[in-house]
Amino acid sequence: METLNTILEVFFNAEIAVRVFPFLLRGLGMTLLLCALVIPLGLAGGLALAWAASLERRWLRVLCVVYVDFFRAFPPLVLLIFLFFGLPFAGIDLPSIAAVGIGFFLNASSYYGEIFRAGVESVPKGQWEAARSTGLTRFQTMTAVILPQATRNVLPDLIGNTLEVAKLTSIASVVALGELLHTARLAQSLVYNPTPIVMAAMLYLALFWPVVRLLSRLEHRNIARR
Amino acid sequence: MEDGWARFVFAYLNPDVAAEWGPKIFEGAVITIELGLATIAAGLFFGMALAVLRASAPRWVGRVIVAFVDVFRAWPPLVVIIVLFYAFPYVDLPMGAFTATWLALSLVLAAFAEEIWWAGLQSVPKGQWEAARSTGLSHLQALVWVAVPQAVRMTIPPLVNRTIAIVKGTALGSVVALPEILGQATSASSLAGNPTPLTLAALAYLAIFLPVVILGRWIETRFAWKR
Repeated sequence: METLNTILEVFFNAEIAVRVFPFLLRGLGMTLLLCALVIPLGLAGGLALAWAASLERRWLRVLCVVYVDFFRAFPPLVLLIFLFFGLPFAGIDLPSIAAVGIGFFLNASSYYGEIFRAGVESVPKGQWEAARSTGLTRFQTMTAVILPQATRNVLPDLIGNTLEVAKLTSIASVVALGELLHTARLAQSLVYNPTPIVMAAMLYLALFWPVVRLLSRLEHRNIARR
Repeated sequence: MEDGWARFVFAYLNPDVAAEWGPKIFEGAVITIELGLATIAAGLFFGMALAVLRASAPRWVGRVIVAFVDVFRAWPPLVVIIVLFYAFPYVDLPMGAFTATWLALSLVLAAFAEEIWWAGLQSVPKGQWEAARSTGLSHLQALVWVAVPQAVRMTIPPLVNRTIAIVKGTALGSVVALPEILGQATSASSLAGNPTPLTLAALAYLAIFLPVVILGRWIETRFAWKR
């Protein structure tokens, strides 16, 4: 009983929780803002990559594979540190939000690009030929005929990757961007108690758990269909 | 132009700085590789154990496993590392940076691996089970000798990609002062006042992970899930 009380007092200290909650909410707001910035950036980059890979030019295809593999091999935190702490030596001083934006654009677009490419390849060739023969341009065929089908085919992967990108915004805390994890660590160092970190973990869970459930559902439906 | 190039080389490809701090980056690479291998071993083993348990234990055990998987799929790995490293010492459970990073990444990998392997087990046709059981194999034998080998083969491509993504997270250890590649590089570049150690770190990561990514691409085409 005594240990339980100690644990409650340390990890779920109500008094501290009330005090730091507004602060953490601001961090949560920043996390959501970051998601709203980096997810569209990554999607746009991924679509551009899939478009480039679909043009029948060998060198473009090879370039896409090199780009994708490079950023799949490169830890996103290393990229972010390089942009934020390494570039100033070349006289390029990026504000942390710009470093996060560029880093996530480069990293996320490689994953999204791979998913969209697989999606585009999953659409039968006849769809291309039929659409082109009705007089649609390449671009119109891609956006109006191929992409809608491709997106549906790879929807679980798209949502899964989006969840990973959203989770990854937590590394922005390393460049002192005041998102949820950063505010929690700041609060923890001020109150000498881990309750803010535990609360941040709970907030992340509340934010992402519904997405995990949705994904699990979609994945199981795919198995059942097979 | 000439001058600009010279300045660029002096900053990012400085041979003197590289010679001085190269050994430190190498030490970091050893820790990164040890941590990566330990994570892969623990995460994949624990994930497989959970998947097998979920496939054969009573329903409530399955629910507990699903809850575990959900939680560790939802938590960003860096948050798990921070909780283990900064929160647990308050209840007299201090953890070293290596242990905290290893445990966090292993739990996350186990969660993803369980989900992938369980899906693989589910996709083994019922007839395979029935045929195996009818030859006299027990439930456990059918699981181990018939269902698991097929499930593993089918799940290799998604598993390889996920494993690479999570093992790249060893760089997160630098946040809790683990002297792996990134940790060594950031402290070296601030001591040297020069970003060349960061360049070395980037090259070290590429040397470690690029072959794995390329191998993963090859496996993906070779083991492609035939529909």
